[in-house]
Parts: sequence; C-alpha cells; structure tokens
Amino acid sequence: MSTVPPVLRLEGVHKSFGQLEVLRGIDLTLAEHEVICLIGASGSGKSTLLRCINLLELIDAGRIELDGNPITGVTVDVNRLRRRIGIVFQAFNLFPHLRVLDNVTLGPRRALGQSRAEAETQALALLERFGLAEKAREYPDRLSGGQQQRVAIVRALAMQPDLMLLDEITSALDPELVAEVLNVIRELAKGGMTMLIATHEMGFARDIADRVCFLDRGAILEEGTPDQVFRAPREERTRQFLQRVIEAGRLQV
Amino acid sequence: MSQGGPSGPLGPASRPSGRRGVLIGVASVVVVFGALGWVVVNSPNWPLVRDAFFNAKYFWKALPYVAQGFVVNIQLCLISEALVLICGLGIALMRTAPGAVFLPLRLLAVIYSDFFRGVPGVLFIFLFGFGVPALGIPGVPNEPFFFGVLTLVLLYTAYVGEVYRAGLESVHPSQEAAARSLGLSRAQAMRYVVVPQAVRRVIPPLLNDFIGLQKDTALVSFIGVVEVFRQSQIQEAATYNFTPYLASAALFLLITVPLTRVVDILIARDRRRLLATAR
Repeated sequence: MSTVPPVLRLEGVHKSFGQLEVLRGIDLTLAEHEVICLIGASGSGKSTLLRCINLLELIDAGRIELDGNPITGVTVDVNRLRRRIGIVFQAFNLFPHLRVLDNVTLGPRRALGQSRAEAETQALALLERFGLAEKAREYPDRLSGGQQQRVAIVRALAMQPDLMLLDEITSALDPELVAEVLNVIRELAKGGMTMLIATHEMGFARDIADRVCFLDRGAILEEGTPDQVFRAPREERTRQFLQRVIEAGRLQV
Repeated sequence: MSQGGPSGPLGPASRPSGRRGVLIGVASVVVVFGALGWVVVNSPNWPLVRDAFFNAKYFWKALPYVAQGFVVNIQLCLISEALVLICGLGIALMRTAPGAVFLPLRLLAVIYSDFFRGVPGVLFIFLFGFGVPALGIPGVPNEPFFFGVLTLVLLYTAYVGEVYRAGLESVHPSQEAAARSLGLSRAQAMRYVVVPQAVRRVIPPLLNDFIGLQKDTALVSFIGVVEVFRQSQIQEAATYNFTPYLASAALFLLITVPLTRVVDILIARDRRRLLATAR
C-alpha cells in the first residue's frame, strides 16, 4: 500500500477576523511521524493556523483533512475529532482548580470514558516519564512555568493523539526553563510523534524539524528542510526574517 | 514651630507599635463609646425610650414566642436558598449560552432577571401569596408557606443568577478552549472546568445575597405566615410595648453579623491571593 493518506492535509485554507485576512490560502501536508516547524513573525498566522486545525476557529474557505477525511464539514463530530489532536498552548491553560493528576485524567475520563483507575495509572506513568511524578498531587500554581508546560504536554498526550499541535509553547517561559520543555518535545519526536510546531526557537526548529515552513502574512512563503531554509533561503523576506532573528541572538550560525 | 523636627522623613512620628497600639486603641474605644452611652442614657427622654424599646421584662416574655417564629424564618431561608443556588446557576447558564440558536434562552434570562430585580419584593409577595391562590386552580397548593418560598426563590434567583453570571464571565475563555481541545463537549467543559472555577470566585457575593434572603423572609408575614415579624407584632399588640421587635432584631443579627464577618474574611483572603499572584 503506497497510498497511505497523510495524517494532515490542508488545502487553500482561508481565515479572516473581520476585515483582517489572517490566513490567505495555506496548503500543507504532514505525513505520519513527521515534524514540521512553522516559523515567522508574530501575527503571521501561526497560532491561528493551529487553532483552525483543532477547530477552535472555523475556517472561511479551503479544506482540512485528517487521515484523508475532511474535518471541516458540518457533519463532523468536533468532540471526537479533537480527541485525536492534542494541542499545547503558549499560556499552558492548565485547570487551576484541579490537581496535576486530575488535569491529566480529565480528558481520558470524560471524553474517552475511561475509569478513574485506568486513567490515573496511565497518567502517573506519563508524569513519571516526564519527571513529574512527585507533582501529581500538587495544584498547578505550585509548579514552575516549565513544570506547568510539561504537565500541559502530558495532559495532551494522555488522550493518545495521532497528532500534536504546539503553539509557541516556550514563549511564556523564563529562559532557563525553556530547555526542559524543549527536551520533552525532542523525546516525543524521537518516539515518532507527528507534530506541527509553531515556534520562535530557531535552533530548536533546526534540530528537530523534518521540514520548516516560513509563514509570512498568512501564507507559506517558503518551505524546505531546515538546512535549505536556514542556510540557503530562497526568498528575500525569509532572509530578512532570519537576519532579524540572528541579530536578536535567537539563532547561532 | 519649625518644619524639620526630630521626626523621620515619613511623618511627625512613627505609628506606635505592637502592644502600645492595642492599648491606645482599646482606651480610645472605651472613651468614645462610654461618652456616647453617657450622652444617650442621660438625655431627658431616655427613660421613655428605654421602657418602650429596651424593656427587659417584655423582652424575656416575648422571646420564646419570637424565637418560635424565627424557626419558621430559618426554615424559609434554608429551603429557599437551596433552590436559589440551583435555579440561579440555571439562569446564569442560560444567559451565557453562546450562539444564535440560544438567543431566545438568553432573552428569557435577561427579561426574567430585569423583571424580578426591578420590582419591590413586597409586590410579588401579595401577587403570589394572595393572587395565585385566589384563582382557585386545581392542584395549586393553598399554603402561604409554599407561596412564601416560591416568591423568595423567584426574587433571589434573579439576583444570584447575576452573581453567577459575573463568575462565569470571569473565567478566561482559554479555559474553555483547553477543555474543548481535549474533546470535552461544551456541557462537560462547563461542568468540570468553568463552573467550578466560577462558583469558587463568587462565594462572598453569594453569601451576601444569602444574608439578604435571610432578612427578606420577613416579607412572608404579609401573606399570613406566622414567623418572627408577625409574632413580634402579636406580642407588641398585646402589651403596647415595642421591645418584641428588638428581640426579633436581635435574632436576625445573631445570624447576619457572623455571616457578614465571614464574607469580610473571604474577601480579604481573595484580595491577598490576588495581590500575591499579581506580583
């Protein structure tokens, strides 16, 4: 079987907020086990794109397919769909009134109908794997930003998603906490997780991505392997963007 | 009178510290309250006031009856509050339901709470307590107590609904987004994520409305429920002395003052938390 459909396929995706056209025809395919990093300036549409894929925003035109099935029709069961797509937000968005363990088990218990025991066993194993076992009974506000974001990643993983969307997950972190979160993602990539990652961490994108897409004003202006995009960008605007990033000390060349 | 005295840069003298401050505070309270009391007690008409309002003999005579009436108020209050807490949340959820489909639901909730918050409660007591039984519709109970509870619930559901709504709106939309992104339905997201956080935040104002409800149980006396206010009236009519009213006032204060202090403590705690997280 050579015609396995890609995990995710986007075709001509458009999205506007009022007058502002945020996505202007995005085409993108993501194969199983592939990691794609979306780079680009703030406001270029990275976050909106991820939110559209998770149907937190509805697209105005175009088509999004998951495993070859369109997910943008009216007959789509959004709750079932979201269970297969994990998303991690910039601001963690943990549930402050629930302990870490309950944050992680909420989805499996309520959306997947797992028993408490089953969900907790699985959650504890995941927390253990990411060095958070001793935080299981704490409330989120007792954790550092890095720990909170790792919990948010574990919470998404507990749903055993086919695809993970990461929305600038280190942007709200103190610099010394960035590495611990990125290491978790590196491990996930090694484990074969299919991921679409919006990031400002260029060094990380270069290390981890199979492909890098440069978003500019709501369109993918350039895409290629990290080597192509970072070392020999074809587009002038990509060069300018990377130049600014290098000047800001966010990418070593 | 030179400006630059021996005091520090922050003022003429630093605040007296610790025990000295407490002593000064106590002394000042004793002096001021003592003076006020002395003025009242030595005013020419004090004996008249004392005998009509603060008569110990009538107080103790009326107290058992008044207390008996107060039990009815407590029953009214507890039953109504339990229903109000449920119905109020229902109204708030109706009012915050998203999307065009739920517009009639939202409108209904707005009309309901505008209506019941905008009209004096005593009017509804007469309307429901006398008007509805007068219709003689079969199956509708004839009990004043029932209509008392009904009116209090309808009135306070409108107030408490607004309190809950403020709480629901104070939970950041990203919380719902996070819940939905896990595949929870909107109802589940509300049930497990938004409502628990909202309720926690509005406990002090909910308690305030509980205090209001507790006081407004006296409205029910108008439709013939013999509760604390009606008992006081009966006692007053028998003796032409107003002390029974003060006895019932004392019973209300016994409940409302401690509750008010609890609210103050909760608000102060929230404020401290807010300041701590804002840093």
